[in-house]
Amino acid sequence: MFEELRDLYQEVILDHGRRPRHGEKLACFDAEARGNNPLCGDRIDLTVKYGPQGEIAKVGFAARGCAISIAAADLMAETVAGLSVTAAETLSRAFQTLARTGVPPALDPPLAERLERLAPLASVHEFPSRVKCATLPWHALHAALAGNKEASSE
Amino acid sequence: MNAGTPSAPLDVMRLRADFPILAEKVHGRDLVFLDSAASAQKPRAVIAAMATAMERQYANVHRGLHWMSERTTEAYEGARDAVARLLNAPDRHEIIFTRNSTEAINLVAHSFGRGVLRPGQAVVISEMEHHANIVPWQMLRDAHGIELRIAPITDAGEIDMAALEALLADRKVGLVAITHMSNVLGSYTPAARLARLAHAFGAKILLDGSQAIVHRRVDVQVLDADFYVFTGHKLYGPTGIGVLWARRELLERMPPFLGGGDMISSVSFARSTWAAVPHKFEAGTPAILEAIGLAAAIAYVEAIGYEAIAAHEAALTEHALALLAKIPGLCVFGAAQDRGGVVSFTLESAHPHDVATLLDRQGIAVRAGHHCAEPLMHRLGIESTARASFALYTTQGEVDALAEGILKVREFFT
Repeated sequence: MFEELRDLYQEVILDHGRRPRHGEKLACFDAEARGNNPLCGDRIDLTVKYGPQGEIAKVGFAARGCAISIAAADLMAETVAGLSVTAAETLSRAFQTLARTGVPPALDPPLAERLERLAPLASVHEFPSRVKCATLPWHALHAALAGNKEASSE
Repeated sequence: MNAGTPSAPLDVMRLRADFPILAEKVHGRDLVFLDSAASAQKPRAVIAAMATAMERQYANVHRGLHWMSERTTEAYEGARDAVARLLNAPDRHEIIFTRNSTEAINLVAHSFGRGVLRPGQAVVISEMEHHANIVPWQMLRDAHGIELRIAPITDAGEIDMAALEALLADRKVGLVAITHMSNVLGSYTPAARLARLAHAFGAKILLDGSQAIVHRRVDVQVLDADFYVFTGHKLYGPTGIGVLWARRELLERMPPFLGGGDMISSVSFARSTWAAVPHKFEAGTPAILEAIGLAAAIAYVEAIGYEAIAAHEAALTEHALALLAKIPGLCVFGAAQDRGGVVSFTLESAHPHDVATLLDRQGIAVRAGHHCAEPLMHRLGIESTARASFALYTTQGEVDALAEGILKVREFFT
């Protein structure tokens, strides 16, 4: 009965949704933003710590939301660590395309490899009402990197 | 249908045939539609009434001197009569057509709030209001110096009457605006008692009947209400049509809400004068087809009878609560003594959105989220719930499917 849902809720998503590795705000951070999905009430408070070259050293978040949104936030925190802000923004745009269409856009090898780690979320595109769950953390990241405090998936 | 047999059981399977959409499949499965509290499905009678008007008898109302306009005006004004009978309003001119309940409440907040209430007075709402009965009053508070007071609810999801009385004690409250049935907890509020209490302290009462009027008979004279609002699309009618009923003496004192055609008596560039109620509050071409559809919906419900609908839904709710109570890790919110067929719940192992997605794949439509009642979610200490809601076409089998579906969701996530 839930065969097609196994695509949406792959083991990696259920796992990261249940036990996020980065599911705490950083005690020491350089940028932060709150992401809101006002229609469903999902919320994420995101903190970012930069490294010596201005790259993203670490991302930590506190979120309330469904398994998809928690897993998406956790996988995002995992994949953007070590990236420059520009590279993270490129990855963000690529992921949002992936989430909306299910097709990964072409990227240079190092980023393509990171996008591949986000592939388990690709099947949200078949669930239009759930795309925002997966993209909300990325909107929040974009806001934090741009120095804004608020982001919305609307 | 014979009104003299109050609890003749509903022939649900026959009634379901009146709703074409219920035969649809979702994800290859029979549609189990448990989201009627958000918007109800439409019987063929409503669809046909609107289609027939468009095909055979349609023009603008209140202005044409030709046959089509006159017939359409009759149908539109006939809808006003139907609503007046439904509410047992003493005067058909007290029925104002709006777009929905939200617009009706905004109309009251604007015209009564600014035109009759004075800065320094207060409005009381409850902790379990829909945003539609919160935000217009916040806007009034900020623009007009009206204090906004919040009447608490008990843990069971009932209005705390003693606390409400305390909020009224200084007699500064000009209006009590409270839901007649919670869209989250399913609680009915004791509308007549609320009205007595408000009146005892010199306040008027507005009841948000968006949910209540779908499930039980409303008599504004018995309730002794001052304002009653509801929306057509939850009552098996079309979207885009809602109702404000208010006592005529209040409507006479209230300035118009929107300006434009149809609501004037005369217009010059120096000044305009207003039409008499209800037209004073119905600017522009109204929702003619939707009013005709609403009248058909009311006729449909009345033919079945509120008593039979209420008995059917009470049995469904009892059945649902009993089944859900057996599911480990499931928590139902709301335990009011007088509660109807709206059941909100959370599941320990899965977020409400995930519950809704997994139920949807089984063809079961429920709502998940904060249900436009964020302050209530805070009061309950949660962010969101899943919600199943029942209608006259809901079957016991569908309630069984819900319980089985939730068990499968639980298995999936544990």
